[in-house]
Amino acid sequence: MSGSNSVPVTEQGMKIVGFLCNWCSYGGADTAGVCRFKQPTDLRIIRIPCTGRMDPLFAAKSLIYGADGVLVSGCHPRDCHYAVGNLYARRRLEVLKHFLPFMGIDPRRFHYTWVSASEGQLWQRVVTDFSEQIHQLGPNPGIGAESEIFEKLGN
Amino acid sequence: MRIGVFVCQCGTNIAGTVDTQEVARRAGNLPDVAYATSYMYTCSEPGQQEIQRAIREKNLQGVVVAACSPRMHEPTFRRAVERAGLNRFMFEMANIREHVSWINNDREANTRKAAELVEMAVAKLRFNQPLFSSQISVNKRVMVIGGGVAGIQAALDCSDGGLDVVLVERKSSIGGKMAQLDKTFPTVDCSSCILGPKMVDVVQKDNITLHAASEVESISGYVGNFTVEVRKKATYVDWTACTGCGACIEKCPSRKVPDVFNENLANARAINIPFPQAIPKKATINRDYCLHFTKGKCGTCQKVCPTGAVNYEMQDEIVTEQVGAIIVATGYDLFDASVYGEYGGGRYADVISGIQYERILSASGPFGGHIKRPSDGKEPKDIVFIACVGSRDASVGRPYCSGVCCMYIAKQAILTRDHLPDTRVWVFYMDIRAPGKNYDEFVRRAQEEYGVQYIRGRVGKVYPKGDRMVVQGNDTLLGVQVEVEADLVVLATGIEASAGARELAEKLRISYDQYGFYMESHPKLRPVETNTAGVYLAGVCQGPKDIPSSVAMGSAAAAKVQALFSRDTIETNPQVALVNERVCISCGKCIQVCPFGAIQWKELRGGIRKAEVLPSVCQGCGLCNATCPPKAIQLQHATDNQILAEVNALCA
Ligand SMILES: Cc1cc2nc3c(=O)[nH]c(=O)nc-3n(C[C@H](O)[C@H](O)[C@H](O)COP(=O)(O)OP(=O)(O)OC[C@H]3O[C@@H](n4cnc5c(N)ncnc54)[C@H](O)[C@@H]3O)c2cc1C
Ligand code: SF4
Ligand code: SF4
Repeated sequence: MSGSNSVPVTEQGMKIVGFLCNWCSYGGADTAGVCRFKQPTDLRIIRIPCTGRMDPLFAAKSLIYGADGVLVSGCHPRDCHYAVGNLYARRRLEVLKHFLPFMGIDPRRFHYTWVSASEGQLWQRVVTDFSEQIHQLGPNPGIGAESEIFEKLGN
Repeated sequence: MRIGVFVCQCGTNIAGTVDTQEVARRAGNLPDVAYATSYMYTCSEPGQQEIQRAIREKNLQGVVVAACSPRMHEPTFRRAVERAGLNRFMFEMANIREHVSWINNDREANTRKAAELVEMAVAKLRFNQPLFSSQISVNKRVMVIGGGVAGIQAALDCSDGGLDVVLVERKSSIGGKMAQLDKTFPTVDCSSCILGPKMVDVVQKDNITLHAASEVESISGYVGNFTVEVRKKATYVDWTACTGCGACIEKCPSRKVPDVFNENLANARAINIPFPQAIPKKATINRDYCLHFTKGKCGTCQKVCPTGAVNYEMQDEIVTEQVGAIIVATGYDLFDASVYGEYGGGRYADVISGIQYERILSASGPFGGHIKRPSDGKEPKDIVFIACVGSRDASVGRPYCSGVCCMYIAKQAILTRDHLPDTRVWVFYMDIRAPGKNYDEFVRRAQEEYGVQYIRGRVGKVYPKGDRMVVQGNDTLLGVQVEVEADLVVLATGIEASAGARELAEKLRISYDQYGFYMESHPKLRPVETNTAGVYLAGVCQGPKDIPSSVAMGSAAAAKVQALFSRDTIETNPQVALVNERVCISCGKCIQVCPFGAIQWKELRGGIRKAEVLPSVCQGCGLCNATCPPKAIQLQHATDNQILAEVNALCA
């Protein structure tokens, strides 16, 4: 497993916002913690009831406000606590991913995935890989140049 | 708002890698924070008192606890602040244990992260509003899905407690796998002698409604008030008239029907009662083999039935049941041994599965309890058992231990030697797992008293030689290759999730793990609850286990239901969606997306209509909130403002 005990030590942390559904991925992150699966320290998790609650705007605003990366994770498709929330999320987040370049944001700063409450190891890998990717991309340079789109979305 | 922040040290669990004093100090500088401190064990009695004292002395209006996961202790702290007079929703948690202190040792980075998580929690709390539950009435009927030993135990316990029970079993008889077993470890008492009376109890209790040959079609509603549609499958026999006399079976001319109860070791008829002790003891026609249905020219059973119960026109019927809680006890299926081509399971008649051997041992089985091999009916002189066929093997997607095979192999080996003292028995095993009460002693008896040869090692190949089978493997303790010639090979096929387990989970809105076993709410502290309120688990549907554990779980689930039903009403969760009518543009998108039909139109004066949420139906997913174009509908306690406040606190 990549980086299970070799967490990249960085002088400067990155700001990664995580939006995790309460039932699966938040539980998966808890499981990873209970099992002491080591992870990088850049991620800050916001608990949402369901990825269906995930307004793409939350991710966009995070990146506009200066987050270096945004990670969304929910229940596996077909295993949504609310039956279909993650299916809506999948469509919306996929659209967002394609839209980010138009806002002048590198789409690699955004990732969405599915991790269940029992998949602590998978969560460790997701966090480690995504954090590594954001470290490679470096700090978010900001999208001030794209002010038109910025204002439309940021109101 | 006056906010208090309590940073828990959790002994050294948090304080070991997070400077909690520093986190509290930084929290003290945040807007609205009137008090911030760090405490050794915040969840302990004195810890909670400390919070309550601070609420009173510092006039706090909101509290943040930075500690373990809210999935662990949010309810604890909500109750604590409530006792001190705050609304329970004027509370937030920052998870600085599972998400910080336990996953990295970098004290400086951890401390920074913890401080930021606290800042986010405070930012959210500043937008929190008091929320109030309402009371809904509880329908004190319980549904049990699956009539194996776990479901039977749950149904009987609920019935004893005076509850109305609806038991839904997909097969035509209850009993599950235990009904197929001959004797049970570690006491070697007869399975049907201990299960039979319980099965009879089920039909004799006035307050148990049994739907056999039935499956759950759909489930709606929520804890206290579920509506379940049950599909009663057409059996082509009117069960109210059938007396179970068996006259039809005797005369049925279609005689080559696989006998599923006997694991295909014998033939049944197209009209059948699966076993003599079946409950209910009613006949069912198998359409695939019935000549009336396949060729359109038989009507024998209809003619011979003394009560005129046979009805070829019967259709599936949907019945609707209203219940307040559901216990799921759908058990398991067995691994398909033919996946291991090299063992010849499914290919050679004398390579059979453990459950087939149970049927061979059983006095009511295909051979009347005489141990014979299927190919030619000869008494076997040498029998080899192979353990872990489809267990503890990641290469076939079954890395887990099935938990019961080591024990049932020892049982079957002992029974074999009891029946046929001259027959030699070998067991190829990986490790022996016998952790139950009197279990290890039982395996030792097989080895020492009954002279069963245990060989530690994997079998490489099983192949026929003459009319016998050769089992080739290695003895890893002696480091030698071994070859055993046997008349009968028994594969201990592993336990897997029951067919259709995933589809049922989706109807119930409960989670399952990657193998299809249902997930309990907490692996240690909430073993029979699910994350869906009012839905409980019992037996092997949650994971492999033996009969005593399945029964214990059945009783535990029944106790949980009784606790739930001991009150006449339950509190609703007030974290539901709410429409701001002035902002709503009446587009109806929320009504379309809501998975629970919780939103309806409300007619205002002048023919205007606005969306309206039914709080008792809303489950709080927030899908409508993310969908609503003008953001008129907001999920309370997770509003746009609250979530964006967290984003802002971190990024801005
Ligand atoms: C060969 C063998 C020997 C064993 N010997 C022993 C032993 O000696 N001692 C011991 O303690 N344990 C033994 N076990 C284990 C034992 O069989 C299980 O622990 C026990 O049967 C579990 O009971 P259950 O009710 O959870 O599941 P099951 O017995 O599988 O019952 C589940 C029931 O639910 C029904 N069902 C499934 N899906 C649905 C659905 N969607 N809707 C409605 N109904 C449904 C099934 O038809 C079944 O009737 C043995 C197992 C095997 C394979
Ligand atoms: S939050 Fe909205 S979509 Fe979800 S259940 Fe409630 S009303 Fe329906
Ligand atoms: S989606 Fe929003 S605007 Fe449209 S009807 Fe529902 S609440 Fe009103």
